Amino acid sequence: MDRKRQLVQGLLFGIVFGFLLQKGGVTRYDVIIGQLLLEDFTVVKVMLSAVLTGMIGVHVMKQLGWVRLSPKAGSWSENVIGGLIFGAGFALLGYCPGTIAGAIGNGFLDALAGGLTGILLGSGLFAALYPRLRDGILRAGYYGDVTLPGLFKVGDWAVIVPVGALLGLTLILLEGAGL
Amino acid sequence: MDWLTAWPWSPYAVGAGIGVLSWLTFLFSGHPLGCSTSFARTAGMIEKLFRGRKVEEKPFYREIPPVVDWQWMLVLGMVLGAFLSAQLSGDFRWQWIPPRWEAAFGDDRLTRIGVSVAGGVLLGFGSRWAGGCTSGHGISGTMQLALSSWVSACCFFIGGIATARLLF
Repeated sequence: MDRKRQLVQGLLFGIVFGFLLQKGGVTRYDVIIGQLLLEDFTVVKVMLSAVLTGMIGVHVMKQLGWVRLSPKAGSWSENVIGGLIFGAGFALLGYCPGTIAGAIGNGFLDALAGGLTGILLGSGLFAALYPRLRDGILRAGYYGDVTLPGLFKVGDWAVIVPVGALLGLTLILLEGAGL
Repeated sequence: MDWLTAWPWSPYAVGAGIGVLSWLTFLFSGHPLGCSTSFARTAGMIEKLFRGRKVEEKPFYREIPPVVDWQWMLVLGMVLGAFLSAQLSGDFRWQWIPPRWEAAFGDDRLTRIGVSVAGGVLLGFGSRWAGGCTSGHGISGTMQLALSSWVSACCFFIGGIATARLLF
């Protein structure tokens, strides 16, 4: 596909994504911190419904041969250590790399002046350290782009059905608990 | 057309909308929704302004070239989409200090910006270390059932919950 069409599509999909995030309230610091303090479950509700809907659709399309999925490769050291560092930043800033784009569109200047500067600095720092990290710690516990069905050696739907049920049940329980 | 100006929408409707959106990005563009790599590309573009083309020779930027791509435009679009929604919802405002922050830590702008920069550094560094963020791993990766994404998403929240508890 030609580059220009890709870029236009990216922009249009981004407008919808940002619109949805803002309508969901998750471009707000207060909502994200409320989630991390386990007081306001908006973020989890948005994420789990997105994963539930998306998971079924993309796997149906995969089965029909319409799309090719691209699960990311990883390792225990990458995903656990990186994930925890990310989490600490998530709580300090109160936005993530996606919702910060929405927060900037919402007019939130701590996101623009502080958060964006920090993310660019942190990304640049990682790029500088990358050669040493790549050949060292990031390889520890490598498991590649394995998926849960691959890991358990079962068909996709043997995972999708129980995971989907679990996500749905979690949402029902949250609602039932008045959260 | 009241729904266009209504705010907030049900989180389930928003989530389902993001789910359907990810069907469409896979189908039409061949990409999952993701954001954080674009910040790394932008960091490279800025570094290029100062240090010239040799930046492209760095091992990291050989893998992640500092150029505008599909995802970069997605992130740009997100700023516009959120702006549009905020305007329609009557929720747009210039705001330095979030209310919850102000209630806990006061209204000093410099403190909030300093902590935001520090948080941003950890987010930028951590998302590259983990290979994705709340969108790329947390939504797109988990729906593809990638082990790397389920592990990362759990750790995002473990790290986030622990840090938020220390702060508040």
